[in-house]
Amino acid sequence: MRWLFEPGLFANGSVRTALVLGALVAVVSAVVGIFTVLRGQSFAGHALTDVATAGGAAASLAVVSPLFGFIGAGVLGAGAMDAIGVQRVKDRDVATGVVLGAATGLSALFLYLITLSTSTTGSTQSILFGSVFSVEPSTLPDAAVLGLLVLAGLTFIRRPLLMSSISPELAGARGIRVRWVGLGFMVMLAVAVGLSAIVIGSILSTALLIGPPASTLKVASRLSRAVALAGVLGVFATWLGVILAYDSYYWFASRRGLPVSFFVVVLVMLEFVIASAYTRWRRVHVATLRRAPREEDGRS
Amino acid sequence: MVGSDLLRVRDVDVSIAGRMILNDVNFRIEHGEFTGLIGSNGAGKTTLLRVILGLQNVVRGEVLVHGQPMTRSNKSVGYVPQKVLFEPDLPVRVRDFVALGVDGDRFGFARRSKATNETVDEMLEAVEASAFSTRKIGSLSGGEQQRVLIAHALVSRPELLLLDEPLANLDPGSAQEIIELLHSVVTNQQVALLLSSHEMNPLLPVMDRVIYAANGRIASGTTDEVVRPDVLSALYGHHVDVVRVHGRVLVVAGDHEHGGSNLADHPDLVIE
Amino acid sequence: MTNAWISGTIVAILAAAVGFFVVLRGSAFAAHAIPNGAFAGAAGANLVGVNPLVGLVVFALAAAFGIGVTSRRTRSDVATALALVLMLALGAAFLATSNDYEPAVNALLFGEILGVSSNEILPVALLAALCVMGLLVLYRPLLLSSIAPDLSVAKGVNVALLDVAFLVIVALSSALAVPVVGALLTFSLTIGPPAAARLVSSRPHRALALSVVFSLATLWAAIACSYWTNFPIGFFVGTMSALVYVVVRVVVALTSSVRTHGRVDIAVPNLTL
Repeated sequence: MRWLFEPGLFANGSVRTALVLGALVAVVSAVVGIFTVLRGQSFAGHALTDVATAGGAAASLAVVSPLFGFIGAGVLGAGAMDAIGVQRVKDRDVATGVVLGAATGLSALFLYLITLSTSTTGSTQSILFGSVFSVEPSTLPDAAVLGLLVLAGLTFIRRPLLMSSISPELAGARGIRVRWVGLGFMVMLAVAVGLSAIVIGSILSTALLIGPPASTLKVASRLSRAVALAGVLGVFATWLGVILAYDSYYWFASRRGLPVSFFVVVLVMLEFVIASAYTRWRRVHVATLRRAPREEDGRS
Repeated sequence: MVGSDLLRVRDVDVSIAGRMILNDVNFRIEHGEFTGLIGSNGAGKTTLLRVILGLQNVVRGEVLVHGQPMTRSNKSVGYVPQKVLFEPDLPVRVRDFVALGVDGDRFGFARRSKATNETVDEMLEAVEASAFSTRKIGSLSGGEQQRVLIAHALVSRPELLLLDEPLANLDPGSAQEIIELLHSVVTNQQVALLLSSHEMNPLLPVMDRVIYAANGRIASGTTDEVVRPDVLSALYGHHVDVVRVHGRVLVVAGDHEHGGSNLADHPDLVIE
Repeated sequence: MTNAWISGTIVAILAAAVGFFVVLRGSAFAAHAIPNGAFAGAAGANLVGVNPLVGLVVFALAAAFGIGVTSRRTRSDVATALALVLMLALGAAFLATSNDYEPAVNALLFGEILGVSSNEILPVALLAALCVMGLLVLYRPLLLSSIAPDLSVAKGVNVALLDVAFLVIVALSSALAVPVVGALLTFSLTIGPPAAARLVSSRPHRALALSVVFSLATLWAAIACSYWTNFPIGFFVGTMSALVYVVVRVVVALTSSVRTHGRVDIAVPNLTL
């Protein structure tokens, strides 16, 4: 295992912080992500990351806590999307696109103003692409609290949320306020992606929100197992990604490593490819054991 | 007499987006009755079901369950929608979905109770779905999903079960199985049933009451009372004949002199 | 400065035409993902020492195909998300290993309206015309498959091929728009103005024409404001596209509520048993 753990890996404080925060964010993203994928809200989940980043840029200008900026912007964005209309799928698409366009446009302005007011270069890139190695350890307590709040909130609404996600019509007939449950979920999504955007950057935020859940849903048959497996896949990809990113500093003569986001995304994609291959293998092997053919659903 | 009514729909008018869908709807359903809501597509059947569920506002009239106005979360009325699209990768097993029929509307941190699991097993037996209770619900056939939806609705022990076109997407064999299943449910579980369909004949052997919908109006009573030329002609506003062939009932459009062309879009008004 | 107006006009018209279908088909996510993928390509091209425009086109097409292919395996929004993060991660890796200086990267991300040179106008115009012709050729099957997918399958339309063909057109038009409006905001021209147009009219020809009108208005205003204030053009494009949609939405809502209050319902004689 010596080749994997380059010298000084665990002695490095920023690596330790990265591992802990990364794991926290991976778990929260996995749980929220399962519902996000089931509800077909991957676009909203990604869009809110960019909205949160705009908030981060604004916070930087206003000299306000970045965490507040990321999460506040995300929640506002979620509210705006809901106001424009998320009931029908095509409406949702437009709502998400419009809010994303406005937020990204504002990002452009904020980042421009930041480069005017400061002399540091590279701030655009660090805000946009983020890096788990550059997060302050002091963020950990706040991040942990927020993460736990999201998990608790999701656990609290999990049944009406599941019903609304399976069939809004049926849920409505049962007396569930589908619109309010949906909005509640969007707010939790906004907090979760705001958290992960500031900790691991916007690219990884989407990758961990969508990737492990997508892989898991191919293989799991129960919600609890799907959530657990997604968490495991997410944490694994994050930890291995952090380690490899640290190691990569030693790979090139230029002493410049590759970003964490690159490794984690590649690992997440590998997980997805493996899960897809496993599904196909299982389908071929189980087909012969199946009972008599049943009527067509019109769905392949 | 009034006190024994399970469901009473009184003087109901329904309007959607400026259009009158239903006019002066009046009928009663009593405990344990099997009622068919018959009408062609567009006659307002789904609208009427939504009104009974409390999901659709009425311009006039009221819906009373046990003499009280109907509210959205009234547990006495269960619902099976026409089609629920289950994604193939939905990580919910049949038994989990049926269990949601008990606690799906509950917020909170509590785990599923043992009593719920036992009720689920019982209901899966009743609809003959025990064999596939651990399969993912998205992997079942249409007929199998239909059974599961019925179990989901029954598990909270409603007194009245509404079904929106449960036979529409099924082949005749599966449709017959579902009708027999529903009939046994009515008898064994003592649940009243109101199901909508554009086909009357498969239900003739089991219906206690028929509500015939046409032209935004309804006629309610036993099959013999309602499915008659004079009653249906008045309902449609045009001359209509009722033909009985081999135990099947056919409602046939009258001559064109009386405006038969307006009835061209009613599928059951054609000699099969 | 004239170059800015000309290239801006071309981009706006193309974006409106493509956007009409993007909104119709609910492909906003893909329309957002493809330009971002294109950006990664430009960064990579820069690294290798090739013309960034080549990188833009290659990666935009790769994103389009990637989304199309992965959509077979999983939900389309999941496929788009995965393709997007992969492209962005590659872009981040390219940026980290190259010694790119920030203004160039910024220009690609947020647009540089004054950066289009005269000899680029002609190829841009030709490629844009190609895309528009592609849309005209595919107009009917595209319209049908967006509104009534089952019907178009019954008519023998190869829906899979059509989906990919459409994404390719989105890719090419994105590659054209990125140098002008920026990778992050190209998509907003394909969403806001066409969505606003659809609120006004659901008739295809009218909605298409109105999309072009709104899009031109948005981009012209953005160019002007960017020129006067020196703020990045992306800021104006993004916020004005959103503004167009919101304003039209509010106006439509206010005028339609005035219309429905004048109706009279006629009661029909009843039948009781």
